[in-house]
Amino acid sequence: MEKNTAAAPFLGVEIGSLKMANPVMTASGTFGYGEEFADLLDIASLGAYIVKGTTLHPRQGNDYPRMAETPSGMLNAVGLQNKGVDYFASEIYPRIRRQGSNLIVNISGNTPEEYAEAARRLAALDDVAALEVNISCPNVKQGGLAFGTTTDGAGSVTRAVRDAWPRTLIVKLSPNVTDITEIARAVEAEGADSVSLINTLMGMAVDVERRRPCLSTVTGGLSGPAVRPVAVRMVWQTAKAVKIPVIGLGGIASGRDAMEFILAGATAVQVGTANFLNPAVCAEIIDYMADYCRRHNVASIADLVGALEVLV
Amino acid sequence: MKKALCDLTVSENRTLGPRFNMLTLRGRLPEEILPGQFAQVRVDTSKPTFLRRPISICDADPAAGVLRLLVRRAGAGTEALCSLREGDAVNLLLPLGRSFAAPERKDAKVLLVGGGVGVAPMLFYGKWLKANGYQPEFLTGARSEAELLLRDEFEAIGKVHVSTDDGSAGHSGLVTLNPALDAHWDLVACCGPKPMMVGVAKKAIESGSPCEVSLENMMACGLGACLCCVEKTVRGNVCVCTEGPVFNIEELTWFD
Repeated sequence: MEKNTAAAPFLGVEIGSLKMANPVMTASGTFGYGEEFADLLDIASLGAYIVKGTTLHPRQGNDYPRMAETPSGMLNAVGLQNKGVDYFASEIYPRIRRQGSNLIVNISGNTPEEYAEAARRLAALDDVAALEVNISCPNVKQGGLAFGTTTDGAGSVTRAVRDAWPRTLIVKLSPNVTDITEIARAVEAEGADSVSLINTLMGMAVDVERRRPCLSTVTGGLSGPAVRPVAVRMVWQTAKAVKIPVIGLGGIASGRDAMEFILAGATAVQVGTANFLNPAVCAEIIDYMADYCRRHNVASIADLVGALEVLV
Repeated sequence: MKKALCDLTVSENRTLGPRFNMLTLRGRLPEEILPGQFAQVRVDTSKPTFLRRPISICDADPAAGVLRLLVRRAGAGTEALCSLREGDAVNLLLPLGRSFAAPERKDAKVLLVGGGVGVAPMLFYGKWLKANGYQPEFLTGARSEAELLLRDEFEAIGKVHVSTDDGSAGHSGLVTLNPALDAHWDLVACCGPKPMMVGVAKKAIESGSPCEVSLENMMACGLGACLCCVEKTVRGNVCVCTEGPVFNIEELTWFD
């Protein structure tokens, strides 16, 4: 018998005070400022889009080569190349502030004070709906990952940004730790509205003929479907450990992949590396979610968050 | 210039010697494609391949729905592309990147230099120049006469200067030693292996000729989002996929 398809499933979710029309966001560093994809994807159809990692001061990033293709994924060592928060505010923000979706800015810094100052300057921009704080970049020497691997470091950055930023605050966690739930609890205690995970896994590839590392920085961050099982596992563990919503990412390349994260406990998902293969993949994922809800007779995607049935 | 994801069909796959294939693809194309631009070609038939492969546009006729890509067998991804058969489907993202510029004067003396798979954009650029009233000349080279690529097509457009390593055609030795590069040109455009482009750029500087080169840094997205394919320039690190692949040699820091 045909299921009732009269009412379209409700895909809306909330992260802190941020209301999204659907759970699909683009991951920082994989979607530019959105404009780059405008010919290929309706930005307004996204739940949110997270722009490139932004720092208080401009950064040139690491030397080329910054990328190596690996089985089912890639390593990158971009190193947060960006023109700084003031350039973003004056040159980029006016162009992208009204693209019909939630604009989220990802920030990084070398000290908690730098994070806080960047957050303060972004707080002046009304159309920045949320901040995602990157305490997990494996490609910068100072800060970045260093903050993400201890509860004290993660907590101190979260507190500094919380005091400077009134809207929704998401903290992006590193998988390069022994127990990610500890870090998640620490940032929750310091006022984070949500955690997103996972950032890239630290990895390395060697050009054996030239006897050289493939990346100028030797090590880099692994992303793509290769990391997905690790990411799903960490989302599952973290969703059980915190009360704030979890945003899942890591190797999502299809609607089916996204549903793994939702069922494991993610309220929303981010799509990263898959944007490089298929710039229109987010639209396909959103369609899949609606179809999934219909097929499973669920009125709202929120009812599926953490709906994994574990038979033990 | 609007970018699009295009599903095309292989109508011909011609092997050109041991290292190259010319793919002819048919289907609906974006209305405007310019010389120097490239396509990100999806490789679905190769297991170890993950990312798309950036391939120069060798020839494009959007009105007729025909696109030609010259592919060098360099690894698993390009090997898979070279193994495509007539009727196979290929997904491409195009047109990407900044094109070669149009010289100001129609009587401008233009030399297009191509080496290896770098001849591909020069054919499209040469055809475009000729169709727009210019008279470009070409300089191309290979190991031997048998390995010269697209020579007939270049000759149909304009004068072709040739160098071969073994002297079996044209001048003996590297392209960078060809006497054509001793003359002054209003524009020298070059695409090929980096040592060749550096050599050609040096010669162009010596002869006081403006020089543009097309780079092929490794790319992931092709859209300026991932910042992986950067080249050092006088403006700092910039994406080859969006600010290039065509750069004026004065923008680069090769000789600093």
